[in-house]
Amino acid sequence: MNAGIDVPQIQRFGSLYIASARLKSMSKWKAIIAAVDIGNPLFYLIAVGIGIGVLVEKGSGTSGTNGIKFIAFIAPALLANTAITGVMDETVFPTIEGFKWRKLFFAQNATPITGRQIALGVYLAAICRAIFSVSVYYLLLLAFNVVDVGISLLLIPIAVLGGSAFGAIILYFAAKIEKDDQFFNILGRLVIMPMFLFSGTFFPLASMPIYLQPIGWVSPLWHTTELGREAAFDYGISGLMVVVHLIYLFTLVAVGVVLSRRQFERRLAK
Amino acid sequence: MSKPLISVRGLTKVFGDFTAVDGIDFDVAKGESFGLLGPNGAGKSTTMRILAATSTRTSGTVEILDKDPEKFGPLVRAHLGVVPQEDNLDGELTVTENLFIYGRYFGLSKKFIKGKIEELLEFAQLEEKRDVKVQALSGGMKRRLTIARGLVSEPDILLLDEPTTGLDPQARHILWDRLFRLKELGVTLVLTTHFMDEAEQLCDRLVVMDKGAIMAEGSPQGLIKQYSSKEVLEVRFGSDRNKEVAPQLSQMCERMETLPDRLLMYTEDGEKLLEQIAAAKLHPTTSLVRRSSLEDVFLRLTGRTLIE
Repeated sequence: MNAGIDVPQIQRFGSLYIASARLKSMSKWKAIIAAVDIGNPLFYLIAVGIGIGVLVEKGSGTSGTNGIKFIAFIAPALLANTAITGVMDETVFPTIEGFKWRKLFFAQNATPITGRQIALGVYLAAICRAIFSVSVYYLLLLAFNVVDVGISLLLIPIAVLGGSAFGAIILYFAAKIEKDDQFFNILGRLVIMPMFLFSGTFFPLASMPIYLQPIGWVSPLWHTTELGREAAFDYGISGLMVVVHLIYLFTLVAVGVVLSRRQFERRLAK
Repeated sequence: MSKPLISVRGLTKVFGDFTAVDGIDFDVAKGESFGLLGPNGAGKSTTMRILAATSTRTSGTVEILDKDPEKFGPLVRAHLGVVPQEDNLDGELTVTENLFIYGRYFGLSKKFIKGKIEELLEFAQLEEKRDVKVQALSGGMKRRLTIARGLVSEPDILLLDEPTTGLDPQARHILWDRLFRLKELGVTLVLTTHFMDEAEQLCDRLVVMDKGAIMAEGSPQGLIKQYSSKEVLEVRFGSDRNKEVAPQLSQMCERMETLPDRLLMYTEDGEKLLEQIAAAKLHPTTSLVRRSSLEDVFLRLTGRTLIE
């Protein structure tokens, strides 16, 4: 053998090789990704910012949203949600495809690359997608004069953290399920949609009945949104809560990554 | 003989209450072309995935290049080229992109891979398709690309699981020609197949597998000599009469197999036997004299045909 295979190097950088292959695949869809990542925020900012926002402020001024313009109030949530759906797109589809539809993971695993590295590589590439989507959204927020450039830049890493937290858990489930028929329907309609509606996205979580608030507490979207609001316009949450939000999100990342890596390895070794 | 590249002892793999591989032993020497022949469900693919250092085993020992693939997966896989039963190429990427990305998974330098790609495109006869998306290729081209991909790291052993299943006859012959060239270049090949002609063409030595166990081992010619006669006379009398004449015919040859549509009579001289049948005033509707094949070996060993 004289090809120059360097196993220690693969053991160090294998997940980056996988991530770069994933980014290469994504680049084949760049036109669609760009259209979604620009179109989606545009529609939202026009419909909600100009349409619903005007209605809300006519009714109650900004009293319901701690004195903040409605569109500015929901902007951190929209960013976080963008990160979440971006990471989800780039974890769920590639994972089911990799294990089942086209079995790409089995091809990758036939090289010195391990299942754990494949899991991490897919995850890292998904985070890159989130960074792109959120950055585009942020630029549009600037263009629509919803945020001022400055401390609000923190909204980008915060949203990406939220997307990564959700993505780590969803990566595990995508690797776990063997029958994918209903997975997308259940995920979209019974997880993503309620999470989007009940995580304090359009109104402070505290204004919901107490029995609905737990949806927000477990939702990475709520924790991310709260952090984002605090960063963008001094929302007035306590330092303790900032720590709680951060711990919750980082814990999801850690737990999700550990579980996903183990699950990838197990499923490939069957 | 030098130490074998692959050494398998008592290999067993159990899925739940189903034993897919049931205590098999074999060795593969350097430069050898070794086959696992058997029908679907014989445990060939399971064995291959264990040899590929991806799947775990239930019991037994496996050594590939002196290492246990379960303990040293990445190190063992660094020396293997794997061609799975289903082409798992990335359909959205082009032919060269697929080869390039795969080479990177072995940590190979960009420069090395770029040179290697030219060599592999020529080998796989895909030079004109280099910038075509893989999903637009024919089945035979995809297969050749999958084999080329398996060779990108210059492996010591190439594992091929059912390399020509699903291909049309012409594509199969092109592929056999390519594999034969690899054999000539001294690449160690391990392949599974349920086509006896493929096994005869490509394998120096093979094991016949059925229901997770090895039924026989040897060279294609050796197995045929050991388990079958020189020639086979196939006769048909029509589905109802086959059974009626069977007892009488079985007296006339060394051994006979009764299949639903025809009778296989094993003999050293098929033409002579056919004359005897005519002399006995039995007139088959069709008859054919042929040489014995691995199909006959399998039938003898298991009482069943390879493709059912």
